[in-house]
Amino acid sequence: MDVLSQLQRQLADFLASLYREGFVDDQFTQLQKLQDESSPDFVMEVVSLFFEDCEKLVNNMAKVLEQQVVDFKQVDSHVHQLKGSSSSIGAARIRNVCIAFKTFCEGQNREGCLRCLQQVNHEHAQLKANLQSLFTLERQIVAAGGSVPAMQ
Amino acid sequence: MESCNCIEPQWPAEELLMKYQYISDFFIALAYFSIPLELIYFVKKSSVFPYRWVLVQFGAFIVLCGATHLINLWTFSMHSRTVAVVMTTSKVLTAVVSCATALMLVHIIPDLLSVKTRELFLKNKAAELDREMGLIRTQEETGRHVRMLTHEIRSTLDRHTILKTTLVELGRTLALEECALWMPTRTGLELQLSYTLRQQNPVGYTVPIQLPVINQVFSSNRAMKISPNSPVARIRPIAGKYMPGEVVAVRVPLLHLSNFQINDWPELSTRRYALMVLMLPSDSARQWHVHELELVEVVADQVLNLIKPVASVKKLHVTLNLAQDLPECVIGDENRLMQTTLNVVGNAVKFSKEGSISITAFVAKSESLRDCRAPDFFPVTSDDHFYLRVQVKDSGQGINPQEIPKLFTKFAQTQTLATRNSSGSGLGLAICKRFVNLMEGHIWIESEGLGKGCTVIFIVKLRIPERSNESKSPLLPKANHGQSSFPGLKVLVLDDNGVSRMVTQGLLVHLGCDVTAVSSSDECLHMVSQEHKVLFIDVCMPDGFEAAVRLHEKFTKHHERPLIVALAGNTDKVTKENCMRVGMDGVILKPVSVDKMRSVLSDLLEHWVLFDAIEVEHWKAQHVIAKS
Repeated sequence: MDVLSQLQRQLADFLASLYREGFVDDQFTQLQKLQDESSPDFVMEVVSLFFEDCEKLVNNMAKVLEQQVVDFKQVDSHVHQLKGSSSSIGAARIRNVCIAFKTFCEGQNREGCLRCLQQVNHEHAQLKANLQSLFTLERQIVAAGGSVPAMQ
Repeated sequence: MESCNCIEPQWPAEELLMKYQYISDFFIALAYFSIPLELIYFVKKSSVFPYRWVLVQFGAFIVLCGATHLINLWTFSMHSRTVAVVMTTSKVLTAVVSCATALMLVHIIPDLLSVKTRELFLKNKAAELDREMGLIRTQEETGRHVRMLTHEIRSTLDRHTILKTTLVELGRTLALEECALWMPTRTGLELQLSYTLRQQNPVGYTVPIQLPVINQVFSSNRAMKISPNSPVARIRPIAGKYMPGEVVAVRVPLLHLSNFQINDWPELSTRRYALMVLMLPSDSARQWHVHELELVEVVADQVLNLIKPVASVKKLHVTLNLAQDLPECVIGDENRLMQTTLNVVGNAVKFSKEGSISITAFVAKSESLRDCRAPDFFPVTSDDHFYLRVQVKDSGQGINPQEIPKLFTKFAQTQTLATRNSSGSGLGLAICKRFVNLMEGHIWIESEGLGKGCTVIFIVKLRIPERSNESKSPLLPKANHGQSSFPGLKVLVLDDNGVSRMVTQGLLVHLGCDVTAVSSSDECLHMVSQEHKVLFIDVCMPDGFEAAVRLHEKFTKHHERPLIVALAGNTDKVTKENCMRVGMDGVILKPVSVDKMRSVLSDLLEHWVLFDAIEVEHWKAQHVIAKS
């Protein structure tokens, strides 16, 4: 079996596992569909923007939660932003954490919020690592002369 | 003068007996005086005591009794006349009041008792209402299921799929143990078990058609309960331990002849039916409810709309002419094209009693592309796509030319002789029009009048595959993939979330639009112009709705302003009401897929109201229907 088809199979399996474990959902597939000759790095650009956005929001939220008197409304608005962003790119796990996070904000539960924030961080790191592996695999395939088919 | 009401004293006045009487009288008086105080205290606290004046009466009675006992204390020994007078007065008053109270209580006590009865009655009523509410809610759910089911059935014209889908969905909606369809054999003397819900390949089990239970079911269009032991219901081995679930059977008409003028139809007497048998789970106390039976009747009536038997019975001559210059292989939406063709041909067959139907397909040249009834339709041919023109001409009832525009409207029913969409909810041609529009084409009907036949013509845009495409991966999806469906369409996207904005922009760019993306409503109003055709607003933004309102203020004339579409995170009532309040032209549920955006834009540009369609899409996303 030559290198190219091996790599392609690896990519397909990896992508399938990401879906199965809930890291990404259907919306990610839609994003991949938008990648074509005119915008070949679309997915990577959107995903990078998302990670930047996510880091910024997490830092802001950490600062707010450290205060003596926590302004839960502010935290809530940040969570809302993060939820929107994660839904747009199909980051299913992060979005689910955001839903729980919102409930804690509404209940003004600082402990709960801090826990969720940690979880967001954790999921962020995992997703970043996973997507980076994905992009590396894709680059290897393109370098070996193949093309990246859209999944599902 | 001094008197005493004691008898000749046999005991000295200080005797123990006297003492006890003295003490008892004193305490009685005390108690009698405190009772009204307690009553007043508690009645003041409660807000609902309807008989206050009775209380006063009762209080007076008690007080006087107490007074009498109190005054009694003075009469044990020698007492003056004044004391006697006071005593007598109090006794008289006490007598009067106590008699009055006694009389009053006769009226009051039954009333007070009935209050308790009323309370119990109201409690029961409340419980009953609760149950009814639950029922209504279930009925509404089931009603929606029926509408969606019949809609789904209508859009799939493959017979096997229709039947399988019906059984699956009925089984799911009603939580059935088994659902089976018996079809008449060619000879018409037997019914054969053709489709079942649970078993994969039903054995060719047949029953004679002349069974009394079958005759009974076929004689009425109602769903009726049959015995689980009848031959048509003994399909599966006994699953439960105690008792099989209730079984209902309903006839399913095989020829759809409703609303036709049926005077000269000889086939009416030999109308054929299939039999649908539905079984509730065994060992459960479930019974068939009226609304469930009604659902079954509606579905059975709508499900079979088969084309072939109708045509073969009618002896219509169907011819197909494919032009020589049609390309061998094209890229397009096979599913929708097939459905449109089947629907159009089906209509032609349905509405022609005899004669012929001719179907022609050829490549449309520029002269034949123009239709004076569609001045907005300016198709442009080029190297990689062409327009396919299909004409279906029949020699049937024809249509009054004035009725033609109404035919493509959803749910419109005309009552004249040539009611093209009379069977069912009138969705057929409306759906065809939608599909044809999605394929950037046009569909119209020509008829010279009643009795003169009719021609349905549709033109759709299809892509010719290039030679180099053969080396690419064979995973080309069926829809118009990558083709810019809306070349150069100017749109504006308003979203304050950077990632979400980028994704929406990418999506629209992929569809070929010319996109401007803004992040605040001020910027939006600054950038928007008459050239923009559509404006997408994310209504999760704090000032999303406000932007729409300001836009309406800026563009007062309807044709000048862009169409406004809301991108919403949920479609709950509040969001929908807000969207309608600010005058949105449509709502899309996020996250948006490429296909959804494409179809939404197509619809919008036809100026259709989207709320109905979003319901269907949303429902479809939640219920994956078994498709072959």
